[in-house]
Amino acid sequence: MTMHIGQSQRRENARRHLSGRGHFVSDLTLPRMLHAVFVRSPMAKGRLVEIDTSEAEQSPGVVRILTAAELNARCKPWVGTLAHFAGMQSPPMNILAEEEVLWTGQPVAMIIAKSRAEAEDAADLVMVDIEDSEPVTDGAAALQDGAPLANSAARNNLCYEALLETPAVNEAFADAAHVVEASFTFGRHTAVTLEPRAVIADFDPSSGALTVHHGTQTPYQFQDVYARHFGLPEGKVRVIAPDVGGSFGMKLHVYNEEMGAVAASMILERPVRYVADRLESFLSDIHARDHIVKGRMALDAEGKILAMDVDDLAPVGAVSAYPRTSAAEGNQVIRLMGAPYNMPDYRGRLQVAFQNKVQTSQYRAVGHPIACAVTEALVERAAEVTGLDPFEIRARNLIADDAYPHVSATGYQFEKLSHQASLAKLREMMDPDALRADQARLREQGIYRGFGIASFVEITNPGAAFYGVGGARISAQDGAVVRMTPSGDIHCAISVTEQGQGTETIIAQVVADQLGVSPERVSVTTGDTATTPSGGATWACRGAGIGGETALRAGRKLRERILTLAGALLQADPATLRLEDGAVVDVATGEARITLEEIGRVATYRPDTLPDGVDHSLTVAHHFAPSGYPFDFTNGIQGSLVEVDVETGIVRILKHWVVEDCGRIINPLLVDEQIRGGVVQGLGPAFFEECQYDTDGQLTNGSLADYLVPMACEMPDIEIAHIETPTEDTILGAKGVGEAGTAAAGAAAMNAVNDALRPFGARLTQTPMTPLRILDALDAARKQRTDP
Amino acid sequence: MKVMLSTTVNGEQVQEAVLPRTSLADFLREDLGLTGTHLGCEMGACGACLVLMDGVPVHACLVLAVQAEGSTIETIEGLNETGAAADLQARFHDRNALQCGFCTNGMLMSAQALLEANPAPTRDEIRDALSGNYCRCTGYEAIVDAIDTTARDRAARTEAAK
Repeated sequence: MTMHIGQSQRRENARRHLSGRGHFVSDLTLPRMLHAVFVRSPMAKGRLVEIDTSEAEQSPGVVRILTAAELNARCKPWVGTLAHFAGMQSPPMNILAEEEVLWTGQPVAMIIAKSRAEAEDAADLVMVDIEDSEPVTDGAAALQDGAPLANSAARNNLCYEALLETPAVNEAFADAAHVVEASFTFGRHTAVTLEPRAVIADFDPSSGALTVHHGTQTPYQFQDVYARHFGLPEGKVRVIAPDVGGSFGMKLHVYNEEMGAVAASMILERPVRYVADRLESFLSDIHARDHIVKGRMALDAEGKILAMDVDDLAPVGAVSAYPRTSAAEGNQVIRLMGAPYNMPDYRGRLQVAFQNKVQTSQYRAVGHPIACAVTEALVERAAEVTGLDPFEIRARNLIADDAYPHVSATGYQFEKLSHQASLAKLREMMDPDALRADQARLREQGIYRGFGIASFVEITNPGAAFYGVGGARISAQDGAVVRMTPSGDIHCAISVTEQGQGTETIIAQVVADQLGVSPERVSVTTGDTATTPSGGATWACRGAGIGGETALRAGRKLRERILTLAGALLQADPATLRLEDGAVVDVATGEARITLEEIGRVATYRPDTLPDGVDHSLTVAHHFAPSGYPFDFTNGIQGSLVEVDVETGIVRILKHWVVEDCGRIINPLLVDEQIRGGVVQGLGPAFFEECQYDTDGQLTNGSLADYLVPMACEMPDIEIAHIETPTEDTILGAKGVGEAGTAAAGAAAMNAVNDALRPFGARLTQTPMTPLRILDALDAARKQRTDP
Repeated sequence: MKVMLSTTVNGEQVQEAVLPRTSLADFLREDLGLTGTHLGCEMGACGACLVLMDGVPVHACLVLAVQAEGSTIETIEGLNETGAAADLQARFHDRNALQCGFCTNGMLMSAQALLEANPAPTRDEIRDALSGNYCRCTGYEAIVDAIDTTARDRAARTEAAK
């Protein structure tokens, strides 16, 4: 029998996109649909004095202009805190600013018109009078005594702080043969999904039902949010998320504009569409990262890591995002430090600060790139002071592959990882000896190449401990309904969602193998709360590990049902039967006894011919939540080869390597492309991407002409290898893979740039590593040499 | 005040009244329902809205609909129906050279135009030709592979036909 798990299968749903037949929310038009545009605060901080809409109301095509008094009254405010983040504060938020504006771009009024263009015309005519005040833009300054409040409704500018500490961390530093240290600055960047955020809210007063077509990765979360915040019964709220043009964590947060569209639809009793344009996306999508980290690492004389001591300052905007909070990233930063290594002692301090900018929150590989870059840059410095090469120092410190289960100094429990095998594999792929020889030869010609490596641990498949215990209504479980049609085809409706990762394809592969059919016979439905069972959907790499396991167990339940039915029909013990090639087969002889079509026919059209009491229903449901380890961790290592032009500061990324262990691989083709996409999302912020603000809190590069994203000509070919260590917590054994590429790409690239610049004594500790920053680092090193 | 526009879209004669400020992209998407042409930035930077205008790829977001008067427009829907890019679409599918699919229209348009102009591009030339096409999902390598393979296949077919 052919097994489909583990095979490269193409995505059937890709055909629609290739022929221009995608179903994106931004493509959808509903009868009587109206268009929404928001009037936004032009300044980062101030008191709202007056909003005059009289002229705008007369503008052609305008149906209604909504201000806070009317719109916010419809919506219960939201608060972005988690109960298990002790002491965390975040003031309540609502759709439109009332009294105070908190960031540039915060919506203050909503125009509803017959077309987007007419709504935009009217928005220009709204007069907004804001008495501006000095914004708080710098994170460190925000936390100083006497700093003005970024948000008047907060007690102070400290959103959250945390400390992780082992008892002997001070002794470890006192006893160390070497201590290396550095300060790092990681810029703000943003997701830049190619399809901006899109929503069409459609409230039907005749039935009291709200249907929201929403470009989101988490439809069930939004069903719950809309029901609770707008006072609707959950059963009356349907969220449909068809094709989504990229999400990466950005499309699972609650945004003012989407809530506004729902409120406006309820007020106007007509469908209301809001699709952000790219300029609005830069102002209103969540931003990511933005960390200043001070880190120290203690080592013994042999180069063994004894401890790390890390201080992370993360400014997150004027309010914490809802419902996952803006503190989760920093929390993950301090918990992932040193994760791949045997590190007995650790101190990690986190301060999350309010400031007058749009919120930062969860984006692909939450916290991973920061923890990885800091750890790996310090390991690289440790290699320098101990005279070890980058591979050797890691070989001495990476957790041994036979040392599991292992608990990290930060408290994470690792079931089984493969760091040493990954390191060996990477060495084989990169051939560092040859790279060193090339490097030396080219340096004589004035060409500066460098390579760097970075080990990583990736958090996947979170259980209820992640958000559930903090009181957030974010499902830890996923659900699948698998049924056989009368003609013997299989259908699976599942709560994990598809944004192009290939969710539907891998679910079909998993289900197909449980039922002995080809994946072509399995159709999969995702992304509609009315037609799929509830669940957490696709975030934190849940698709394969949790979604796949859910589908597997549901498929097995249906298999048992079919075999029982077949046993009754064939007067055979079901234990002597199995499913193969679309038929029920005798285990002993391998002989096909009855086809699935025949079973479908009998169960559906002639149940009267079955013995009494035989269950002829061909639909089963199953829900699954991870138990056992609180998370599945994956691991791997990346390498980067770069060439730095020391005259211009321009870096060419020549090659990138990834060794990755995501447990059982369901579809190698899709896994590799997930990794490649992830690598590029890690290289982008390492070299190009940064949301730049001036001291007034104005975003100065909020367009795709000014904000640099990685393009084809700047990105390297990416070589990928795998090691498979399946988790034993599930039958399937799959973990996640979505964050892996992003987690360590920037760290490897930073080490590579610094390796290239080593002859000059220059060092980068800030991302993005722009040409100007590289030239500044070269300049600083030159001054230090000539000016001791 | 709307003005009459007469143009050919995907081989069909189209006569519509449009506002002078309507972009070609909005005209195609909203008036003709051709939603395969996507809008990612509306400033000519992302390439999701590329269509062929008299055989040349143009950003439909930067062209006014009225500028299409008398011209021939081909969108992804038309390219799909004529089968002119069927081999390219198939290689994209084989190689999983798309994930969310939002940029795919523009990628196919750029690739088709590149291979018309340069039937045997190097990988660097392919990457260069995609310098106006933004993809957030794939990492680009699969797209480059798909275009590279299509070029080789087409060359082999041409050779075989000789």
